Amino acid sequence: MMGHYEAPIREPIITGDKSYHDVTLDVVAPIEGKANKSWYIAFTIALVAFLWGVGAIIYTIGTGIGVWGLNNRINWAWDITNFVWWVGIGHAGTLISAVLLLFRQKWRMGINRSAEAMTIFAVFQAGLFPLIHMGRIWNGFYTLPVPNPLGSLWVNFNSPLLWDVFAISTYLSVSLVFWWTGLLPDFAMIRDRATKPFQKKIYSLVSFGWSGRAKDWQRFEEVSLVLAGLATPLVLSVHTIVSFDFATSVIPGWHSTVYPPYFVAGAVFSGFAMVQTLLLIMRKVSNLEDYITRVHVENMNKVILVTGGIVTVAYLSELFVGWYTGSSYEDFVYLSVGAATGPYWWAFWSLIMCVAVIPQFFWIKKIRTNYIWTFIISIFINIGMWFERFDIIVINLSRGHLPSSWTMFSPTFVDIGIFVGTLGFFFVLFLLYARTFPVIAQAEVKSILKSSGNNYKRERDNPTAKKEEV
Amino acid sequence: MYTVSSRLRTFSIALIIIGLFGIGYGFITAPKTVDDVKEMMHSAEDSHGATTHNEEKATDAHAMQSAEDHGSSEVSEGHGDEASHYEHVLSQAQNRPWTAIYIPMIFFLLISVCALVFYAIQRAASAGWSPVLFRVMEGVTGYIVIGSVIILVFLAASAMHANHMFAWMFKSSDPTAANFDFAMETKEWWLNVPWFLIRSVIYVLIWIGFRHLILKNARLQEETGDMKYFKKSFKFSVIFLVMFLASELFMAFDWLMSIDYHWFSQLYSFYVFASMFVSAITVIALVTIYLRAKGLLPQVNDSHIHDLAKYMFAFSIFWTYLWYAQFMLQWYANIPEEAAYFHPRLIGDYQPLFMGMVILNFVFPILILMNSDYKRIPWFVVFAGIIILVGHYLDVFVMVSPGTVGNHWSFGIPEIGALLFFAGLFILVVFSSLAKKPLEIKKDPFIKESEIFHY
Repeated sequence: MMGHYEAPIREPIITGDKSYHDVTLDVVAPIEGKANKSWYIAFTIALVAFLWGVGAIIYTIGTGIGVWGLNNRINWAWDITNFVWWVGIGHAGTLISAVLLLFRQKWRMGINRSAEAMTIFAVFQAGLFPLIHMGRIWNGFYTLPVPNPLGSLWVNFNSPLLWDVFAISTYLSVSLVFWWTGLLPDFAMIRDRATKPFQKKIYSLVSFGWSGRAKDWQRFEEVSLVLAGLATPLVLSVHTIVSFDFATSVIPGWHSTVYPPYFVAGAVFSGFAMVQTLLLIMRKVSNLEDYITRVHVENMNKVILVTGGIVTVAYLSELFVGWYTGSSYEDFVYLSVGAATGPYWWAFWSLIMCVAVIPQFFWIKKIRTNYIWTFIISIFINIGMWFERFDIIVINLSRGHLPSSWTMFSPTFVDIGIFVGTLGFFFVLFLLYARTFPVIAQAEVKSILKSSGNNYKRERDNPTAKKEEV
Repeated sequence: MYTVSSRLRTFSIALIIIGLFGIGYGFITAPKTVDDVKEMMHSAEDSHGATTHNEEKATDAHAMQSAEDHGSSEVSEGHGDEASHYEHVLSQAQNRPWTAIYIPMIFFLLISVCALVFYAIQRAASAGWSPVLFRVMEGVTGYIVIGSVIILVFLAASAMHANHMFAWMFKSSDPTAANFDFAMETKEWWLNVPWFLIRSVIYVLIWIGFRHLILKNARLQEETGDMKYFKKSFKFSVIFLVMFLASELFMAFDWLMSIDYHWFSQLYSFYVFASMFVSAITVIALVTIYLRAKGLLPQVNDSHIHDLAKYMFAFSIFWTYLWYAQFMLQWYANIPEEAAYFHPRLIGDYQPLFMGMVILNFVFPILILMNSDYKRIPWFVVFAGIIILVGHYLDVFVMVSPGTVGNHWSFGIPEIGALLFFAGLFILVVFSSLAKKPLEIKKDPFIKESEIFHY
């Protein structure tokens, strides 16, 4: 790739004068150490939420979808909102590990492992909703084109909901393979350090006998590149297909050609916000401040600005074309004067504030590089993007073509319980992950240590840096 | 220091002169009256024999667009009325030379603007590989000024009813007027001539202004080596990208989408951008390969070509993604006011072009540029690049023509002439602007990374 030369003006992305061994020690510390009290508290809370969600799901399946707040007109609400929200969250992981790999962004290496984990755990949550929102979940397997005794009754490939099945399952499997491939050298490192026999056994099992020979590395890199090349169109197409669920319809506000790129941009936007939320905590509690530095946080905020900007321009396009069509039905869609002043005004303004306005504070360098502000804004973005999906789905459905079917939606405790349950499940998985997996891709970080470590940069720059020294 | 070779200069001037003849021929041979149209159509029928070409097809683009458009046009009788039909064919036939020049005009201008976008992205992203190509990119943006002036003249002429390119300019929102169009009732707030022209000037000023700022700043940086200017370049690039995104959104709505003014698509601007962006990267690659072949860019190695080819590959796929998204969603829902746009393109007279460009813009690039060894072979990249440019010229052709010349499109002397004229002008302007400064840039903090860049 680029050799070991780097322009002196590039900032170090590994701080703390690390050596290779230091990297190893920092990465294995949470795995080899014991969990502290706050981990257990967090885990318990997440577990309780998860179990509550399981209860709500069982209640739904046992009693019927009628226990949700859906009605005849608004027949998708929290279920699909949460589905799209979780899928969207997952997209940042693939963006960080695949797209940033294609763009040779070295700073991705500090964050890609956790972002990918987040992808996978988020897709788990997302995958629940298409199943549990079915009226007859036990017939769910009919969505698969398998030969069967019903005269080979087949699926209709014209439905975007079927494309969803393929998109989400492919996305999950490719992400999983991509993630696991990257984990092999790191698992091997833990295996080689393990002293307890049980731990040694487990990590030898999951590291697939990785021995780190030159030929292995060569193929490893090729596979990573190919998978990155495949994952990039995949990540675009998955959320595109999710957007097709709406855009292929004829419902005002849903039928919009800008949905595919706009959903993808929104997914990256919300996904990065979630990465920020998680990593800002993780860098503190797992003592990874030297690997997830201010540069990483700032760069992620820049990506948030770019994708947030694209989303805002897409809003502009939607808003403009809504007027431009002259269609009176477009007056009540989720981005319209009707929505801004109608019964869902609070949802409309939450969306505008949290998605289009608040992230613009990242234009200010002081805020962009501040951990606390970043954390706060990232939460707002997550809320805003939830509202975006809620608005798209519920506001557009609430006021359709026929005024006689205009209606409102209010969630029941089951709707809310399932969402809380997925949040709990997500954190259960993530907290377990943080204690058992190498959360930093140490093999990759070691490959940039000598070009981007602050100590190496200092050494290299000193002889020539007389002029540039402040 | 690069100087335009006399061969290249002669070549481009020859293109311009030949092109001018072609354009002139187009305007001279365009029919003047309804009688000319009738005669033209009869002779076309004679030569085509059994293929009843024009008259029988009532489903031309405009007719499909809306019946109202027809019924309320100059002659207020019904749609099937013969006189109104000939009148309509006449305005389409008269549009042909104008359409012929508008397509390459917009094609080369947007290539140049998108080259500036690519350049600004490289600066904003602190790219380490591309600084050795900065001068080439700056050269390609040289066409922005003259291209903008030409298009403003063209739009002003259209606004003064020199042609029928923008049918909405001939419509009224007054229900009692003979040229009433219901669509203008709701669209006039946006589609009215003064506001349209003001907007056009604004877009152009944004592009020209930022090109001036960014390039001037880059020159100051090279002269002084002061980091102050480097940081300023970054700032200007970022601001330009934001401004561009906003201006491009409405530019595409105005200059292209408003040709079929009954139709709308929220994605349209992003689609136009993807098309022109991949063309711009291709032009940057072609100019780089040309200059390198002459030994003028010694720092550019195969890895730089490889990277450019990867961008060509990736954005060809990206274009296809947006093309498919826009087409499929309207095809799937099949709402009449949207489907009318795709009718002439998908199953009408534009089908070969509409489908052909997908093959040129997607199938060929993906097959040719998949292999990483091929992306390092200059002639291979040139081959792929020419296919991509032809494909995206056709893309603009299919965006513009159905709404202006309807089903009476053909690719003859006026089209070839206009294409040659603008290609010649583009080459002349771009290479003259390349000749103004040394091709090697100095004192850029990333220049060494770029010189030793190896992939």
